[in-house]
Amino acid sequence: MMKNKNISQGVDYPMIWLYSILVAIGVLCIFMVEFSEGSNWFTSFIGGKTNYSKQLFFAGFCALVATFILLTDSKLFTAFANLMYAFGLLLMVATFFIGKNINGSKSWIPMGGGFNLQPAELCKIFTALALAKFLSRQETDFSKLKFQLIAGAIAIAPAILSILQHELGLALVYSSFLIAMYREGLPAQILIFGSSFGVLVIASLIIEPNTLLIILSAIAILLIYFARRQARRNKGLITTIIIIWMLSAGTQRFVIPYIFNNVFECYQSTRIYSMVGKDYNCTDNVKSLKKQKAGNEKAPKKPDDYNVRQSKIAIGSGGFAGKGFLKGTQTRGKYVPAQHTDFIFTSLGEAFGFIGCLIFLIIYIALLYRIIRIAERQRSTFSRVYAYSVVSILFFHFAVNVSMTIGFFPIVGIPLPMVSYGGSSLLTFTILIFILLRLDADRQMVLR
Amino acid sequence: MSVFNQSRGRIIQIIIGVVFIVITAQLINLQIFSSQYKLAAENNAIYRKIIYPDRGIIFDRKKRALLENTISFDLIVTPSESKGTDTASLCAILGIDTADYKKRMLDLIFKNTRVRPSVFEPLLSAELYAKLTENMYKFPGFVLSERSVRTYPFNTAAQLLGYIAEVDTSYLRKNKHLGYEMGDYAGMSGLEKTYESILMGQRGIKRFIRDNKSRIQGPYENGIFDTIPVAGRNLFTSIDVEVQQLAEQLLQNKIGSAVAINPRTGGIITMVSSPTYNPNVLTGNARRKNWGRMVMDTAKPMYNRAIKGQYPPGSTFKPLGALVALDQGLITSDYGIGCSGGYGACGGVYVRCEHSNAGHAANLRLALANSCNSYFSDVFRKALDNKKWGNTNQGYLKWKEYMNAFGLGRRLEVDLPSEDKANIPDTSIYNKFFGGARRWNSCSVLTLGIGQDKMTATPLQMANLMCIIANRGYYFPPHFVDSIENEQIEDTVLMNKYRKKHVVTNISDNDYQAVNDGMHDVTVYGTASHLKIPGIEYCAKTGTAQNPHGKNHSLFVAFAPKDNPKIAVAVVVENGGYGSVAAGPIASLIMEKYLNDTLSAAGKATAERVTNMNLIPQAIKNWYTRKDEERAARLAKLALEEAAEKEEAENVKENNKNNTEATLEQGSKPVGNKKDSTDKYKIKAALLLSEDKKKRIGGRAQ
Repeated sequence: MMKNKNISQGVDYPMIWLYSILVAIGVLCIFMVEFSEGSNWFTSFIGGKTNYSKQLFFAGFCALVATFILLTDSKLFTAFANLMYAFGLLLMVATFFIGKNINGSKSWIPMGGGFNLQPAELCKIFTALALAKFLSRQETDFSKLKFQLIAGAIAIAPAILSILQHELGLALVYSSFLIAMYREGLPAQILIFGSSFGVLVIASLIIEPNTLLIILSAIAILLIYFARRQARRNKGLITTIIIIWMLSAGTQRFVIPYIFNNVFECYQSTRIYSMVGKDYNCTDNVKSLKKQKAGNEKAPKKPDDYNVRQSKIAIGSGGFAGKGFLKGTQTRGKYVPAQHTDFIFTSLGEAFGFIGCLIFLIIYIALLYRIIRIAERQRSTFSRVYAYSVVSILFFHFAVNVSMTIGFFPIVGIPLPMVSYGGSSLLTFTILIFILLRLDADRQMVLR
Repeated sequence: MSVFNQSRGRIIQIIIGVVFIVITAQLINLQIFSSQYKLAAENNAIYRKIIYPDRGIIFDRKKRALLENTISFDLIVTPSESKGTDTASLCAILGIDTADYKKRMLDLIFKNTRVRPSVFEPLLSAELYAKLTENMYKFPGFVLSERSVRTYPFNTAAQLLGYIAEVDTSYLRKNKHLGYEMGDYAGMSGLEKTYESILMGQRGIKRFIRDNKSRIQGPYENGIFDTIPVAGRNLFTSIDVEVQQLAEQLLQNKIGSAVAINPRTGGIITMVSSPTYNPNVLTGNARRKNWGRMVMDTAKPMYNRAIKGQYPPGSTFKPLGALVALDQGLITSDYGIGCSGGYGACGGVYVRCEHSNAGHAANLRLALANSCNSYFSDVFRKALDNKKWGNTNQGYLKWKEYMNAFGLGRRLEVDLPSEDKANIPDTSIYNKFFGGARRWNSCSVLTLGIGQDKMTATPLQMANLMCIIANRGYYFPPHFVDSIENEQIEDTVLMNKYRKKHVVTNISDNDYQAVNDGMHDVTVYGTASHLKIPGIEYCAKTGTAQNPHGKNHSLFVAFAPKDNPKIAVAVVVENGGYGSVAAGPIASLIMEKYLNDTLSAAGKATAERVTNMNLIPQAIKNWYTRKDEERAARLAKLALEEAAEKEEAENVKENNKNNTEATLEQGSKPVGNKKDSTDKYKIKAALLLSEDKKKRIGGRAQ
C-alpha cells in the first residue's frame, strides 16, 4: 500500500482549490494597492521589487513547502508535536536576545536576504499540534479540571511571550484555541461566562458608570424577585446573585478603569474606545503621563480614528457593485494605512463593492465549513483537535480582521490569512492547512 | 469516539454563520445604505480644478470693444505645502513685512483651509511678476496662476460697464445656486453685474486624483467627467464710444449727468455721470487702494447720477404738462391764455412768468417757445380739476397715473443695477403735508405744473420723456444691450422687455406738431437760440430748477433732427445756472457729434469752452483742499521718518567704518551727509505729493 502511495491520494481537493483561490485573490488585492499607472505590470510582477511580486514568490515557495508536507508521513506530526512546541517556545524566547526590532515589536528573527521570520506565527502551528497531542493522549480526561488547566496552559504560554514582545494581536489569536477545546468538552459555562464578561466590558465603556451601576442593581433585584421561590429551597442562590452583582459592579467601577488607565498604553485605550465611538482622555493614562514626564512623548493628542475612518470610507464608497478593478480612489490615493497587510479587505471592498465582498466572504466561510467537515470525519482525536485548532485560528483571524476594517473591532495587527501581504503569515497558514490535509489523507490508516 | 460532543461541531458552525451574517449586515449598511462614504471618498481623492473661460466682451454700436481681456497673474499659495518657503525674500519682493505675511497666511487658512489653494496676492504688476518668476524655486507651495482681467482701451464708461471683483462670502451665500467659489470673479456693478450670467460663460472643471499627501496622481477616470470651459458671450450695446468720451469730457469739472437715447429703439447712446473715473484704475493691483479712495470721495465718483440722481425737472417738464392736458382733451393746440407776467388765479400762490408781453401765450406753440409759467400752471390746474375725476384728489391720482405712464416716479427697468425711481409724490404725502385730503387743492401744488414742488426725475427719465415726444406717443424702455451673441431663448425672454413698444398717449398728430413746433421755436428764437447744430433743425427745452441748497441746476432736454428724430438728450448740470448756459451746449454738442460724426469748428470751440468751465461747488473744492493738506502732512512725516531711519543706519555704518579702519576722516563729513539726505527726502515728499495730486485729479475728471 505504501509503495503505491501517490501524493494526491486521499487529498481533499476542494480545500486546495479554496486555498489557491484565496492566495490568488490576495496577490490581486496587493496588486491593486501597489499599482501605479504607467508602469509595466508584467515586468514589475516578475521583477521582485514590488510587494505583489514578492507575495507571488512567497506563494511559489509555499507551494513547494505544501508539496513537501504532502510528501511526508502523517505520523511525523504526532511524533514530533511536543518537540516542535518546545522548539517554538525556545525560538520565541530567543527573539528577546537575537530579535530584530520592526515597527516597535522585537519579535522578528532576521533570516538573511532581507527576510525576517516571526516565531510567534510559527508557534501557532506548534501549539495546535501540541494541544492535539495532549488531548489525544489515552490518559487525558478532558472533563477534569486538571487537564483543562494544562490544555489552557499550552495555549497561554506562547500568548504570554507574545504580549512580552508587544504583539497584542498575535497573543489574542491564542484565545481562539478555546473554540477547539470547547469542541472537545470544555464546559459551555466558560464560554458563556467569557462572553457575558465581554458584554460587561463593552457596556462599561459605553454607558456612564453610575447609570450602569443602576442597571446592574436593577437586574440583580429583578433576578432575586423572580428567584425567591427557588431561593427557599436553595439558600445559596441569593448569595450567588449578590456575589455576581458585586463582582460586576467592582469590575465596571474599578477594574476596567484601572486596566485602561494603568495597564494599557494610551494608544491601545484610544483604539478600543474609538471602536465604541468614544473619546479616550489620554491624560488619565498613567503610562503616557510617565512618558510625558520623562519628556519622551508629546502631549497626548486628540484620539485619532483615522485608520478606521479611512477604511470605512474605502469600503463604503465601493457601493453595491464597486468602482471597478484598479479604479478605487481611496486605494490609488493610499488613504488607508497598512492597506496591503492588515487592511487588505478594504481594497477588495472598494473595487468590487458589496457583491465582491459577499463572494469573498462566502469563499472564506466555505473554507471554514470545509475544515469543520474534515474535522468531523476524522477517526483520530489528534486529527480532529488539530483540525478544530486550524479552523479556530483561521476563523479568529478572519473575524477579527474583517470586523476591524468595518469598524466592529479595535485595530489590532492581525492579518487576513492567505490574503494579506506577508511571507511569515502566508507560510504559517500554508503549513497549518497542509498538515491538516496530510492528516486527513491518512485518516483511513489511523485506527485510534 | 468521534460522536463524542459532535453536536458542539454544529454549534461552532452556527457561531461562524452568525459572524458571517453580522459582517454581511454591516457591509450592507456601509456599502448600500450609507451614501456619506462615497462623498467622503470623493472629497478625499478628487481634486477639482476650475478652468476659467474668457469673459464676454462688451461692444459699442460700431463694434468697438469697450473692454477687453488680458492676462494677469495671481500669486496662489497652498498653506499646507508652503513649509520651507524663503519668507524673508518673498516679503522683500512683495514689499510686506513678515508679520503681515503671517497674518495673511492665517487669514487664508481660516477662510479656505490649509490644504486648498488660495490667492495670496492678486493681480501682480508686470514688474512683480518678473521678479517672482525668477525666484519661484525658493517658494514651495506658491504658484503663479493666470487670470483673465479687464482692460478698457477707451478709458471710458466706467459707471456703465461696472467692474468685476473677487466674490466675498456674502456674495457666495446669496448666489449659492450659481456655483461660485472662493477666488472667482464676478461683476459687481453696471453691465458686468446685470449680464453676469451671459458674460461669465461656463467654467470648465478638470478632475484629478490626488493621494493622501494631496499630490496629483493623474486625471480622474481619464477625464470623462471633465467639462470644457465655454467662453462668455459678447454683448452688443447701443453705446457710441466717441459720443460717450465727448460727453465725459464736456462734463469734466462739473457735477451732473447726460443721457442720450435713440428714440426709435430705446437704445442708450451715451450715459455720463460726472465726476466719473477711469475704469482702468479698478483693475490691477492698485484696485483696493483706488476703490477705497473713491468710496471716500465726497463727490461720489462711483455714484451713477444718470439713474440715481434726483432733480426737479423745472421747465423741461412743460411739454409733458401740455401732453397730459391734450390727451385728456382739456385743451387743443389752439388754446391760449393772456399772461401779464404771472399766474394769479390762485390768490395766495402767485407764479411769476419771465414774459409779460401780450400774446406770448396765445397758443400752445407760443407758450412752449416762451416757456410761459402762467400757461402751464393753468393747464396743470385744468388736469387736476378735471370734472371727470370727481375731485382734486382723484384728479391728482389720475395725473400721477399719467406721470407713471410717461416713466416718471417709477423705474424704467434699464439694464443697470440699482436704478432709482425718483419721486412723483403720492396723495398721502400731500395729505400729510397739508394736514388732510380736503386741505389742499390744485393751487396748493401749483408749481408741480412747472416741474417744481416735490417732483423729481432722474436724467434717464427726462431723456426717456424726450423719446416719447420725439416718437409722438410711444417709447421703448431705455437699455444698453441691443443684442447678445448667440441669443438663446432665455436671453430673448430677458431682452423682450426692451423690445416692447409702450404707447402712452392718444394725441392727434396735429397737436403733437404744436408741441414739436413749440420746442423747435425754443431753438430758433427762444432760450436755446444761440445753440445751433450745423445742418440740423432740432427741438429742445431748457430748464432752470430752483435749488434750495445753492445755485440753480441747469437742465436741458432736446431731440434731433426735428423731423424723424434719431437722438433724444437730457443734460443736468448741478449748480450750472440757466439751462442754456451749462447744460444746453453739452446737449447740442452731443447731438452734433452723434448726427454729424464730427464737430464743426464752432462746435470745437464751444466744446473747448465748456470743458474748461468749472462748476464744482465751493464746499467740495474745500473738501479736496483739506484732504490734500492732510495727505501732504502725512507724506512729509513719512518721508522724514524714513530719512531719519536711513540716516541712523548710515551713521552706524559710518561709525563702524571709522572704528574698524581707523581712518582719519574729518568729522564734518557725516554731518554733511545728514543735511544732504534730509533735504533730498523733503524734495521727494513734495514730488510724491504733486504726482499723487495729478493722478487723483486725472482719475476723477477724465
